[in-house]
Amino acid sequence: MSSSNPLRDPADRRLPRIAGPSGLVIFGVTGDLSRKKLMPAVYDLANRGLLPPGFSLVGFARRDWEHEDFAQVVHDAVKEHSRTPFREEVWQQLIQGMRFVQGTFDDDEAFERLRGTIEELDKAQGTGGNFAFYLSVPPKSFPVVIQQLKKHGLADQSSGSWRRAVIEKPFGHDLRSAEELNAIVHEVFAPDQVFRIDHYLGKETVQNILALRFANTMFEPIWNRSYVDHVQITMAEDIGIGGRAGYYDGIGAARDVIQNHLLQLLALTAMEEPASFDADALAAEKTKVLGAVRLPKDLGRDTVRGQYAAGWQGGAQAVGYLEEDGIDPKSKTDTYAAIKVGIDNRRWAGVPFYLRTGKRLGRRVTEIAVVFQRAPHSPFDTTATEELGSNAIVIRVQPDEGVTVRFGSKVPGTSMEIRDVSMDFAYGESFTESSPEAYERLILDVLLGDANLFPRTEEVELSWKILDPIEEYWDQHGTPAQYPAGTWGPAEADDMLERDGRSWRRP
Amino acid sequence: MKTDLTDTTASKINKALVLGRRAIGTPAVGMVLTLVIVTDEENAYDALRAASDAAHEHPSRTLVVIKRVSRSPRDRTTSRLDAEVRLGADAGTGETIVLRLYGDVVDHAQSVVLPLLLPDAPVVVWWPVNAPLDPARDPLGALAQRRVTDTYACEEPIRELVARADAYAPGDTDLSWTRITPWRSMLAAALDQVDCEVQSVEVEGEEYNPSCELLAMWLADRLDVPVRRTVSDGPGLTAVRMDTDCGPVVLDRADGSLANLSIQGQPGRAVALKRRETAELIAEELRRLDPDDTYASALRYGVDRLNAPAKGDPAGEDGLAVAAPVGTVAKAPAKDAAREKTPVRKAAAK
Repeated sequence: MSSSNPLRDPADRRLPRIAGPSGLVIFGVTGDLSRKKLMPAVYDLANRGLLPPGFSLVGFARRDWEHEDFAQVVHDAVKEHSRTPFREEVWQQLIQGMRFVQGTFDDDEAFERLRGTIEELDKAQGTGGNFAFYLSVPPKSFPVVIQQLKKHGLADQSSGSWRRAVIEKPFGHDLRSAEELNAIVHEVFAPDQVFRIDHYLGKETVQNILALRFANTMFEPIWNRSYVDHVQITMAEDIGIGGRAGYYDGIGAARDVIQNHLLQLLALTAMEEPASFDADALAAEKTKVLGAVRLPKDLGRDTVRGQYAAGWQGGAQAVGYLEEDGIDPKSKTDTYAAIKVGIDNRRWAGVPFYLRTGKRLGRRVTEIAVVFQRAPHSPFDTTATEELGSNAIVIRVQPDEGVTVRFGSKVPGTSMEIRDVSMDFAYGESFTESSPEAYERLILDVLLGDANLFPRTEEVELSWKILDPIEEYWDQHGTPAQYPAGTWGPAEADDMLERDGRSWRRP
Repeated sequence: MKTDLTDTTASKINKALVLGRRAIGTPAVGMVLTLVIVTDEENAYDALRAASDAAHEHPSRTLVVIKRVSRSPRDRTTSRLDAEVRLGADAGTGETIVLRLYGDVVDHAQSVVLPLLLPDAPVVVWWPVNAPLDPARDPLGALAQRRVTDTYACEEPIRELVARADAYAPGDTDLSWTRITPWRSMLAAALDQVDCEVQSVEVEGEEYNPSCELLAMWLADRLDVPVRRTVSDGPGLTAVRMDTDCGPVVLDRADGSLANLSIQGQPGRAVALKRRETAELIAEELRRLDPDDTYASALRYGVDRLNAPAKGDPAGEDGLAVAAPVGTVAKAPAKDAAREKTPVRKAAAK
C-alpha cells in the first residue's frame, strides 16, 4: 500500500482501514472453526467494506470439491453464522475470488496446484502476491504444512509483497515444545510475519482494559498494591469436553486456557503504561510483567486442579470427565485449574493474582475482578457495615460485555445501614448493538500487518515458563480433586482462598 | 410504554420520563447522545423510523420536533406544546419524545429542547428537510455539537451547497457527503493499488444529486487536478473515471448496487457499492461527533471551480460571488496541507 496516496488523509476518519490487495488461504477449511468463525468473519469484513476489491479466499482440504462446492459451503456457513445481514452484491464480490484446492498435507502435487492457484489469482484478481496462510489444523500437522509451504516456494516474499502465517493455539504443550514449534515456524516465516491468534485479544472488552486503564484518570491511581487487595481472573465454561477428547486428554485446563488466555489477561491488567499503542511497545510491557510473575513457594498449597464428576448442569444431567467417551478412566487430566501467582514489582508486590478456569462450572463467564482493600477506618459501627463487602471493579469479558463497579451505599430508611450496590456499564447498552466478532478484527489486522493484538514468541515462552513448574508438580503429586458438574469447582479451591482470608467471587 | 401529554411543558415531560422509566423498571440509562430531529409532520414518520433503526447502534434519546403550520391568525397567537413520550419496547433501544409545536412556540423550539437534553452527552441535530441556511446559528443548531443537513432533499441542491460552504461551521455535515463514503473508500483503495499520478477526473451521476458535486470537489481538493462533472440518468452516482499517467482507473456502477473497478493492466473486479438507507447514513453520522475537516475542505473547494456541468445552473454564478471571500480565508490552512502533500507524492512516484 503506497503511503503517498493523495486520497488518504489521517484526518478523514470516515474512510475505514481497508486491507491492501491480498488473499487468505485456509488450511483445514472443512473444520468447525473455519465454518463457524473464519468464513463468516471474512464475509462480515466484506460487508462492512473493509476488504480490498479482488480479495481472494482459498480453501485447502482433503475433500473432493470443486470451486463451486466450496463456494456453496462458504455460502451456507455465511448465511448461518454471519453477524451482518446477507447481501447478494457483497456475495457476488466475494465469490469471484473463491478457489478450492484439494489435497492432503503431504501431497506435493496439491501444493503445486495451490501455488498455481495463487499465481492465477494474482493475475485474475490482482492480489499482488500478498497471501496469509491460516493454519486451522491440528498441532501435529503444523510442521508438515509449514515445510510444504517452504518447499513449494509459497512462503517466499518477492519484492513489495508479503506472505504471512496465522497459527492458532495451542502453541506447544510446554516450553520445550513451544520452542520447537517456534523454531519450525520461524525457519520459514520471519517472526513479524507470524500471527498467533488468541481470539480473546480480539474481543472489544479486552481491548477496553487498556482504554479503561490508560485513557482515564480515575482508575489508574488506585490500580496498585496500596489499594488493591487481590485480583481474580476467571474463565468458566458450562460445557464439558464434548467431542474434543482426543485433543483435551493429557492437555487439560491449565495448558488449554491459563497458559494463553488468562496470562494474557493478567498481563493486560497488571502491565505498566506502554510508551505508545504500537505492537512493540505493548509487547515490551507485557513481556516485562510476565517476566515478573512469581510462583508460590508451596505449589501444593496454592494451586488446585480438579476434574468434573457426574452431576446436574443447568437442569441437564452431565457425566463425569472420566466417564466421557474416549477418556482413560484413570486419566489425571485437569478440567479445572486454579493458581495463585504474585508479581514481583513495585506496583504489585504482595498482591495475589488468582487465576481459575474450568469446564462444567456454573455458567459460561469470563471476567477480571480487581478487589480493593477495605477502608482503613470506618466511622460507621459494625452493624451498619455488616453487609458491606469489598469494593471491586469487574471487567466482564464475556458474555454481557461491560464493566461493573461495586461499592457500598446507604439503604433508604431511618437507620444507617450500608449495603453493596453495583454500577454497570454494558457495552450493548452504550455502544453498537453488534460489536465486531474477535475474528473479524484479527483477520483484518493480519491483512493489514498490524500485530498489536497478537502474542509474540517471547510472551508464549514466558507463559510456559510460568506454567511448566506447576504442571511438573501436578504430574508427581496426587490426583485431581473431583467436583460435581454445574458447581463452581472443587472445595479445595475454596479452601485455598480461605487460607488467605479471601473467597472467590461468584461470577 | 407510551404517554400522551397535551398542552404541556418541558418539566412535565421530564416528570413523565422519570415515571415511565420507573414503571418499566429500567432506571439505568446507557444512552450516549441526544438526537434532535427537526421536521414537519409530513416527514416525521420516516425520519423517526430511520433514527430508531440507527439507535440500535447508538442508543440515544430522540427528540422529534414537529413544527405545525398555523393556518389562521388565531392559531398563530395561541401557542401550545403536545408531547408523546415513548419508552421501552415502543422506543427501540432508547427513549423517544415526539414534540408537536403550535403557534408562537414554533419560533422558540430551543426552549422546549434544552431542558430535555441528556446531561453531559453530545447533541446532534438533524434536519431531514428544510434545514436552515446557517445551521450553526439556528437556535436549535446552536445547542448541538453536530448538525446534520441533507442537500439531497432540497429544491436546488447546488445553490444549497454553495450556501453551506458559505455558512460552514465546525460540526456541520450533510447526508449527501455521508452517502459517498463507500465511493471515497473504494477510490482510495483503488489508488492504493497503483503507483501512478492522477491527471484528470470525471464524475458522472444523475442531475440534482449534490453527492456527485461533493465527490467531485473532494477529488479535486485532494488530487489537485481538473475534475469534470457529467450528467447521466442515474441511479445516483454512476461512475468515476480517473485518468492517470499509467492508464485509466474506472469505478463504474450502473445499477446502484454492484460496481466494477477496472484498472489499466489489472483484471476487472466487482465491488459491492449499494446505495444505503437513511438509517445507515444516520448511524454512520453518529459514529463520530468531532468536526469533519475533510468535508469542510471539500465543500469549500467550491462548486464553481468544477468544470461547470453542462446543464448550466444559474446558481453557479451567485455562488461564485458569495462563496469566494469566506472560502479563501478559512480554507487556507487545509489547502496548504493538501498542497504540501502533492510534491512528496510525486517524488515517491518517481
